[in-house]
Amino acid sequence: MSSHAHTGGSTVHAPMAEPSGFIRKYIFSVDHKVIGIQYFLLALTAVVIGIVLSLLMRFHLVWPNATLPFVSGGQMSQEQYLALVTMHGTIMVFFVLTTAPQGGFGNYFLPIQIGAPDMAFPRLNMLSFWVTFLAFVCIIAAFVVPGGAPISGWTGYTPLSGLGEISGPGEGWGQTLWIVSISLFCLASLLGALNFIATTIDLRAPGMSLMRMPLTVWGWFVTAILGLLAFGVLLAGGILLLLDRSAGTSFFIPAGLVVNDQLQPHSGGSPLLWQHLFWFFGHPEVYIAILPGMGVASHVLSTFARKPVYGYRAMAYAICAIGFLGFMVWGHHMFVSGMSPYSGFAFSVLTMSIGVPSAIKTFNWLGTLWGGKIQFKTPMLFALGFVSLFVSGGLSGLFLAQPAVDNMLHATYYVVAHFHLVMGVAAIFGIFAATYFWFPKMFGRMMNEPLGKIHFWFTFVGAYCIFMPMHFIGIAGGIRRYADASAVGFLAHLQPVHQFMTIAAFITGAAQLFFLFNFFYSLKFGPKASKNPWNATTLEWDTDSPPPMDNFGGHYPSVYRGPYEFSVPGAGDDFIPQWLEPSQVARAK
Amino acid sequence: MRISKRNSGSAATAALLSLIIVVLVVATVYVFASNLPWAVRPAPITSVGAEIDHQYGLTLAVAGTVFILSQLGLAFAVFKFRDHGQKAHFTRGSNTLEAIWTTATIVLFLGLGLMGHKAWAEVRFTPAAPDAIQVEVTGNQFVFNFRYPGPDGKFGKLDPKQISASTGNPLGIDANDPAGKDDIVVPTLTVPVNHEVNLLIRSQDVIHNFYVRELRIQQDAMPGMVIPLHFTANTIGQYEVVCTQLCGLGHSRMHSYLNVVSDADYDAFLKQQAAGQ
Repeated sequence: MSSHAHTGGSTVHAPMAEPSGFIRKYIFSVDHKVIGIQYFLLALTAVVIGIVLSLLMRFHLVWPNATLPFVSGGQMSQEQYLALVTMHGTIMVFFVLTTAPQGGFGNYFLPIQIGAPDMAFPRLNMLSFWVTFLAFVCIIAAFVVPGGAPISGWTGYTPLSGLGEISGPGEGWGQTLWIVSISLFCLASLLGALNFIATTIDLRAPGMSLMRMPLTVWGWFVTAILGLLAFGVLLAGGILLLLDRSAGTSFFIPAGLVVNDQLQPHSGGSPLLWQHLFWFFGHPEVYIAILPGMGVASHVLSTFARKPVYGYRAMAYAICAIGFLGFMVWGHHMFVSGMSPYSGFAFSVLTMSIGVPSAIKTFNWLGTLWGGKIQFKTPMLFALGFVSLFVSGGLSGLFLAQPAVDNMLHATYYVVAHFHLVMGVAAIFGIFAATYFWFPKMFGRMMNEPLGKIHFWFTFVGAYCIFMPMHFIGIAGGIRRYADASAVGFLAHLQPVHQFMTIAAFITGAAQLFFLFNFFYSLKFGPKASKNPWNATTLEWDTDSPPPMDNFGGHYPSVYRGPYEFSVPGAGDDFIPQWLEPSQVARAK
Repeated sequence: MRISKRNSGSAATAALLSLIIVVLVVATVYVFASNLPWAVRPAPITSVGAEIDHQYGLTLAVAGTVFILSQLGLAFAVFKFRDHGQKAHFTRGSNTLEAIWTTATIVLFLGLGLMGHKAWAEVRFTPAAPDAIQVEVTGNQFVFNFRYPGPDGKFGKLDPKQISASTGNPLGIDANDPAGKDDIVVPTLTVPVNHEVNLLIRSQDVIHNFYVRELRIQQDAMPGMVIPLHFTANTIGQYEVVCTQLCGLGHSRMHSYLNVVSDADYDAFLKQQAAGQ
């Protein structure tokens, strides 16, 4: 790739040569935009699979005895349900919530928003994607190997995940593939994280100081730092777990375990060690999923409220604070594990403090809307939905952060409701906001607004109908990861609520067809998009839709101001783009 | 001028979104306030449980207030500041306001966390009194076993090699240890009311969990560890014990009962079991 050594102003270069062959252009491409779209399409495939798995689970919870055509034996067994639990969680967390916001949109827009022609290491970028793809192939293969998919949950707690087939169906080949898949994913994400960090630090256009970066870039940048520090730890954990299973080591397995009347040949390990390694990654992972969404929400709210982001600096600092504190709270997943109660106290206090930057963000989102001129385009609706869902899902964290209160809510549907709202649905709303917002730039065509709005209404109401009642049955003691509620007396009266949630889930799931149709129809038939259809201010709107190979068609932009200059008094337009030289800014008549 | 007048339809969209958010708030408050059967937990049967409930209530008050105010604030802003041809009010923010809400949330959230510490400390920091009744709880795929030390007050040694569910020794009590001869192993947990009980929680294979809603306590049974957990039940009755840690294909069937009985019934239970050994 060409070096980016120029001193300022718009330097004209010869346009970067585009590869002509189909394979170099669309398959093994080094163009960050193609790679971004590849990540996006991978995530789209994964989310369809993830949703189907969740609908099967919801169906089974309500009609456990129904005969299903594609299930061997007709009725879904307990282990098949637990395999769904495991695979839904794994696919959604890794291949959707990590892949789409960071790998997809981050890859596509981070370089453009900072005025760079590509990522710092384009070949490394290509490698990251293809290793991620390989990881996806491995996880899908777990469905079809003997024994089927693993049943130990997306957290893969040992010893259940460490002993092999004897501990349950799917714990043979399926579990091995799961570990290989996760380890490959970690490797790919490490490479990606390096690339994002180097690009943000080294390739910013002249004038693009840190405090002029769009909040989306802040989100991706801090997410990359989290990824760099977190994925390495899970990678190590994955390798050790693989050794426990196949090389006779005992990192995570203590002595004297008897499964099926057979004494296990292990000694000296600790299942708690796996939990520490897993959650040292696992909690930052929550922020890896949500920080890009926070960036997108801030970006979109400001654009469609026609107002600068309220407290830009506070927002950037809050992203950094969340990233920093995010590494010190992992123990709140382990309050009932037998970890020292004094550690529990420390993790509790640290977890309560991470609520502070989250609250700052919420206040500033409301501040951004306050006094605005809100235009309800589909991306804006999803950004507003993001704020509402983030508040609802975040506040239940105040309960779970306290070990005493967590004692009664741990492992109930309350926890499921909490993390689905805050890191699942809210993050997905961030992804939808990003898709509707940037589709014109990525594909050169507009998406259909009425269909987008219908998609929003169904998804917003539907998500609340599924996940708000889930809090209540959690409070009543509804236990998660149960294939069958019939053995426990106090679960029976929660079944009607499960029925309601299942119906809501099917309607919400079906409503996603509006999105899929809109997406693929608009690719081909949407009205042509102009350079800057939303009258927005950041650098991606300074280039063609879609951008040429080198992003800015031979010229490199310079940056003259902050990213959210909307409705500036005295200006002729209600937005002043970052790339506009001061002398070109129109004055009010 | 590139400012477009896109206000057609924005009032209806704004009104609908605000309405949905208001309905969400009203419905949520209604369910919390009206104690519907599918949204409440049973009364606690320990004083610590009551304290946890108190802390839960306090947290609900704080989280509920923030929830109502911020959702209604969002609904208000969405409707009030919809595009109806006005000019947006230009501001970059206010350091004073940032300082105020940062300080307020620090005080509120950390204060709440520190208050919740008391109930946690009572369960976990202080050990059981020396005269507490000792019961060992063992989880294995997919049953609970409860072991009482018997008349000698001593648990026999365990030897994993001697585990054999089929010959009536599911825990592998060492046949060579005299202290184990009178140990009582039963599938349900029976304890006397108003006596402190100290559970010694362990697992034979994978991670399990001991959860009784009325105790407000969950504790993992962690392989390789024996984790003590003490409580004093104050209400006679039968309560369900469930496993809440994914332990394999029979996870949802791993189930037992906690029987809290009078002193007389407890003595009778011990006598009957001792006679059966």
